[in-house]
Amino acid sequence: MPVEIPKDKWPGSVRTVTIGALPKDGGTRKCTVTVGGETTMPFLHYEGEIPNRPVVAIEIMDRQPDDWSPLLAEAWKDVMDDPAKWAVAAEQAGADLLVLELSLNNRNGEPTTPDEAVSAVKSVLAASGLPLIVFGPGQAEADNALLVPISEATKGERIVLGICEDKNYRTIVATAMANDHLVSARTAMDVNLAKQLNILISDMGLPLDRILMDPTTGALGYGIEYGFSVMERLRLAALQGDKMTQLPMIVTPGYEAWKIKESKVGEGVPETWGDWLNRAINWETLTAITLLESGADVLVLRHPESVKRVKRAIDELMSAKELV
Amino acid sequence: MALSGIQIYKLLPQTNCKECGFPTCLAFAMKLAAKQVELSSCPYVSEASKAQLEESAAPPIRLITLKSNGYEVKVGNEVVLYRHEKTFYNKSGLFVKLHTSQIENALIEETRRINQYQVNYVGMDLEVDGIAVEDDTHDPAKMKAAVTAIRSVSKKPLILISSAVDVLEAGLSQLSGETPLVCCANSTNWEKFAELAGKYKAILAIESDKIDEFVELTEKIKSKGIEDLVLIPNGKNLGHNLILQTQIRRAAIKANLRALGYPTLAFCSSPVEAAQAITKYAGFVVLDEFAAELIYSLLVLRQNIYTDPQKPIQVQPGLYEINNPKENDPVLVTTNFSITYFSVANEVEGSGLPAWLLVADAEGMSVLTAWAAGKFDADRIAKAVKSTNVTDKLSKHLLILPGSVAVLSGEVEAELPDWEIRVGPREAVDIPKFYKLALQVN
Ligand code: B12
Ligand code: SF4
Repeated sequence: MPVEIPKDKWPGSVRTVTIGALPKDGGTRKCTVTVGGETTMPFLHYEGEIPNRPVVAIEIMDRQPDDWSPLLAEAWKDVMDDPAKWAVAAEQAGADLLVLELSLNNRNGEPTTPDEAVSAVKSVLAASGLPLIVFGPGQAEADNALLVPISEATKGERIVLGICEDKNYRTIVATAMANDHLVSARTAMDVNLAKQLNILISDMGLPLDRILMDPTTGALGYGIEYGFSVMERLRLAALQGDKMTQLPMIVTPGYEAWKIKESKVGEGVPETWGDWLNRAINWETLTAITLLESGADVLVLRHPESVKRVKRAIDELMSAKELV
Repeated sequence: MALSGIQIYKLLPQTNCKECGFPTCLAFAMKLAAKQVELSSCPYVSEASKAQLEESAAPPIRLITLKSNGYEVKVGNEVVLYRHEKTFYNKSGLFVKLHTSQIENALIEETRRINQYQVNYVGMDLEVDGIAVEDDTHDPAKMKAAVTAIRSVSKKPLILISSAVDVLEAGLSQLSGETPLVCCANSTNWEKFAELAGKYKAILAIESDKIDEFVELTEKIKSKGIEDLVLIPNGKNLGHNLILQTQIRRAAIKANLRALGYPTLAFCSSPVEAAQAITKYAGFVVLDEFAAELIYSLLVLRQNIYTDPQKPIQVQPGLYEINNPKENDPVLVTTNFSITYFSVANEVEGSGLPAWLLVADAEGMSVLTAWAAGKFDADRIAKAVKSTNVTDKLSKHLLILPGSVAVLSGEVEAELPDWEIRVGPREAVDIPKFYKLALQVN
């Protein structure tokens, strides 16, 4: 007896956004990444289209980070002090694209200069043909000082510049518009705040297909349930036809999962926490999978083993299309 | 599907005899629809109406309870697809699988490890719910021996897995008085399995990768009088499982399709599969192996996904003493969000360093969330200091702020002029180091 399974018929869909530009389009990338386009909740192939698979970005830095877990230092070994080498290693580890994060201070403890930042970005672009996302150090003034010259020096590459927040988006959006780049817009786990920032950015004239939205997340055990539900709500709103939520979502489970105790600390923790390395990788993977299932389009990760596991999961989630 | 007052009225005697305590049958029907009275208050409802009303009042996903001597695992009774619509109620039961081929000592050893496992997460002791025993020897005697061995060290509920009725029966015979779960029934063996489940009052799990087949089987099995069922969607991969789980949940909740209104069970051979099972609808999660770091991360995920989105988990605001603080020890101030409180409390406790932990009432929010929402400011911190009389307990008045709200230090100084205000590290992990370097305490 055939059973009628209720299907949701959605009027809306997520926009498609393409990151990176090929030489024929004014860039130097050897490939581009296109995300978005969904007309259904995550991976429900039986009721809508998922034309583009979610992608995994690996996060690298412009210099050896000071506060990353020793496990990450072990995983990346000697490439960590050279962004170009790190980029190549990340590409080999399976990254679909790269996130380069700039440090507030350089190796000598002085503020990173625009020249240093530009040369880090250029060295990464020269070393790897993958599309690129560049995040500033996360302080309004430093972000503006570094991102504008980077944007100008890489005109036409369709880099994603971040992070745009409510207090600090104008300069970044303006330079992205002038130099054919994209932006990443971050808000604090709230549907209305996300919509509002997207409106502000598009009001400046940046087309919506050049914006990724970052709803923020917490790590497993440290607020992931809020991220999970806000992403489900944002995606439902998009499918219901709310234009200002119809942007692909980028999230940073790697950053969140690797800053908490479970992954940072190996000694003096309860025995019931188990093996340190496996625990840390589980922490990152589980955080990522949970967000993937609630609508993430770009997942930014740190450990190569997590990348492998999450990519395998994406393969299986996408290939289920043939099974139903 | 819940019936309206009018629909219920049509099923009542319509004599307005008032024995239920209401002036009319309609008034009683309205109260019933609002779930403010019990059907049993009306002595005259016909058996047929009663059955129909009970059926309609049943939750869309049946509540299933696995029981053993002293333990219960309840799953089902869910009412939404997305947790923000209300909440998810009954946490997925987490089980670890053992095998009948394992030698007795190994079984006992593994069982003991699983049974003893307990991990603390934000003040809650979390545990594995039970053990699944899989028959890989096709020998009833081995199943019997395995169950006996497990029962010699653990009382937790069991799931028995085999394709052979006699093997399952050998296990069930050792579990009198319990409600275990047996699997897996399918389109060829279902009759014998239903009989077995009936005889031993066990819960029966049905396995398939086709929705239509589930419907057919649950209806057939139900007609044999077996109502406590569990569905095992065994798709071809992770994505297929997500779709089957979602379709079952949707059909039950949105279309009120009784034939699919049962909790599900997922066999998981990787952390990723288990994580998906927890977030996407599995009632029971059976893991292939026991590894502390895996169980810990899954127990935390389960806890997170099943918290009520309307109520952050909180601790009581107030003054907490850690490691017997004395009058010259520092006061660390934090918020009453459980995760925040325990991150700090565990860190200080583990380091052996004494401290007064002052928990301000920040309406259950984390430090930065509360700060951004105006619920953790100089005023609230000062209030916390005053309302707890911590000042009287101290000779030295040193207050440490969380590093992420360093900006508050000026205002706090103004509010608490007799106190020395210091800014601590941003992350709780760094508190012991801060004690040593900045406070020079060892
Ligand atoms: C989960 C979350 C929420 C949840 C609330 C969860 C809760 N119950 O608190 C929700 C979704 C409701 C939420 C809402 C908001 N949020 Co919020 N949220 C987060 C998130 C993702 C995680 C917070 C968390 O739980 N952290 C874990 C806990 C354990 O951290 P913690 O309390 O800081 O404690 C640590 C340290 O501070 C330290 N520590 C704690 N106490 C002490 C004490 C001492 C003495 C020391 C030394 C150390 C120490 O130890 C702990 C472990 O290291 C963060 C972003 C992020 N990824 O961190 C944003 C974040 C905190 N939220 C933010 C904002 C702005 C908001 C909103 C105002 C947005 C809005 N307008 O809607 C609202 C405010 C709430 C309201 N108006 O009702 C911002 C704050 C920005 C800022 N820097 O000011 C953040 C940082 C996100 C961002 N990047 O923009 N949020
Ligand atoms: S007791 Fe039953 S029949 Fe009598 S008024 Fe109440 S509902 Fe009607």
